[in-house]
Amino acid sequence: MIELRHLSKTFRSADAEIRALDDICLQILDGEIFGIIGLSGAGKSTLVRCINLLERPDSGQVLLDGRDLAAMSAGELRSARKSMSMIFQGFHLLMQRTALENVCFPLELAGVKKDAARRRAKELLELVELPDKAGAYPVQLSGGQKQRVAIARALASDPKVLLCDEATSALDPKTTRAILELLKKLNRELGVTVVIITHEMRVVEQICSRVAILDQGRVQETGPVSEVFSNPQSAAGRRLVLPEGEKIHILPANRLVRLVFNGASASEPIISTLAIEQGIKLNIISADTRSIGEKTFGNMVLGLPEDETEAARALLYLRDLNGLTAEEVTEYV
Amino acid sequence: MFDPKDLELLKNIVQHDLLRFIWETLVMTFLPTVIAFLIGLPLGILLVVGEEDGILPLPKAVMKVIHVIINLLRSLPFLILLLVVMPLSRAIVGTSVGTAAMIVPLSIAAFPFVARLVETSIREVDHGVVEAALSMGASPAQIIRKVLIPEAKPALIANFMVSMITIFGYGAMSGAVGGGGLGNMAIQYGYNRHRPLVMYAAAVLLILLVQIFQSIGNTVAKKSDRRLRS
Ligand SMILES: Nc1ncnc2c1ncn2[C@@H]1O[C@H](COP(=O)(O)OP(=O)(O)OP(=O)(O)O)[C@@H](O)[C@H]1O
Ligand SMILES: [Mg+2]
Repeated sequence: MIELRHLSKTFRSADAEIRALDDICLQILDGEIFGIIGLSGAGKSTLVRCINLLERPDSGQVLLDGRDLAAMSAGELRSARKSMSMIFQGFHLLMQRTALENVCFPLELAGVKKDAARRRAKELLELVELPDKAGAYPVQLSGGQKQRVAIARALASDPKVLLCDEATSALDPKTTRAILELLKKLNRELGVTVVIITHEMRVVEQICSRVAILDQGRVQETGPVSEVFSNPQSAAGRRLVLPEGEKIHILPANRLVRLVFNGASASEPIISTLAIEQGIKLNIISADTRSIGEKTFGNMVLGLPEDETEAARALLYLRDLNGLTAEEVTEYV
Repeated sequence: MFDPKDLELLKNIVQHDLLRFIWETLVMTFLPTVIAFLIGLPLGILLVVGEEDGILPLPKAVMKVIHVIINLLRSLPFLILLLVVMPLSRAIVGTSVGTAAMIVPLSIAAFPFVARLVETSIREVDHGVVEAALSMGASPAQIIRKVLIPEAKPALIANFMVSMITIFGYGAMSGAVGGGGLGNMAIQYGYNRHRPLVMYAAAVLLILLVQIFQSIGNTVAKKSDRRLRS
């Protein structure tokens, strides 16, 4: 288990002080996939770099299975780092080594014999579904392939934890999905704890079980992904999850209702059922819903009909549905 | 166009001394370059890793001393340095003239230059890769041996050649004060005896050698760089 206790970090330059981390407390459990989401500059990278002490926090503790990293000797810290591998947005492969040699790197650090290291590295390249690129240099690989090599390299030391700092941010959506699936598989099959740093909700939705929302160096809220994303409690959480006001172009004059989906099966049938069965037409003003597993989460703002009785009937119908809440609102966000 | 005596002297040199001159030039170039790298490579690496936020921070005073020594030696013109270290040459190689004696001042003149070149090459290594190695629990020594030097290798090879050409130039200069090689041929036989043909011949040979070094260097550096698709 990784436990962060009251971590704070301030960067000082000649003319400014930036409080990158402000009293962060988090627990990341063994075997889970934990997401840390926040906008640019929220402090995500600083936070993940504190987890393996690449960045030293000014105060607070990082406990790995109960042991305080900051209290370790240099040698102990190095072996603790071997149990917490990291992958990066920029891959950071050794450019003068082949894919296979890159994967061998951490094995060399650990003093594994060359033959054994190469055999293990080959297995790992197979695990990340890249066995035919063993002899390729990084410059000859695509972004997704480079990240696979980086993942294989990260796994070479048999880590318990995989820290991913925007590991998919440089990749296209399809490759992103494939890499996330790979991480999911590694979590399932090898039992590695995965910590995902990202600014994309899609990433968290696709693989995380729990999420923490980071804003201005503070953890604004944390909990299971389905709860946090369907019903964010903090202002930062709402900003992240709810649609932005500027996305709405038409300002309708009539009454509005906001549906908060909390596990309903789908959003489209509701609108069409109302139209077909009741003859009531609702305008979708904005929608930001998403499916997690079989269920729908998120938000939708609908414009109610001008006719008072139709509006009342629609509200009645909506409030009666399972897995969503409907409330009348006067503004969108 | 030339005095027939010019031709005669040149012929004489070609028949008897030319190979020795070339050999001396190669020795005076290659040996000091190697020695300068033996000193300059570790120094250049220290200049990067020893910084406050480097992977092996050294006391500020130590870093300061290294910088001052390098800057002082680099600001001394070569010919003056050569004269200043003559006693040292005599102490080390037993003489202060000739090819062997020049090894000492050439090495001393070149190592600060090499240290700066190495420093630049090492700084060019992507910091992200160093960070990745740190995150894998690499020790500073492992990072130097397995990350910094191999990743900077193409630049280091190119800089080895640049250093060689610079030292080659200093070596030719040393012909004026008793160094051997083609510089000696140009100055002692050509210039001092007023035999321009001999001087030109030496000049052409010097240029030719530089071109050869340069193209070997470029080829090897390029071949070794895996960042270039081929
Ligand atoms: N080494 C540093 N020196 C000074 N300021 C820093 C340093 N590293 C980060 N910061 C500052 O700390 C804040 C948090 O940075 P951090 O890189 O952790 O954000 P982030 O959430 O990872 O952002 P992004 O999504 O853009 O990567 C930013 O304001 C940044 O400018
Ligand atoms: Mg970041």
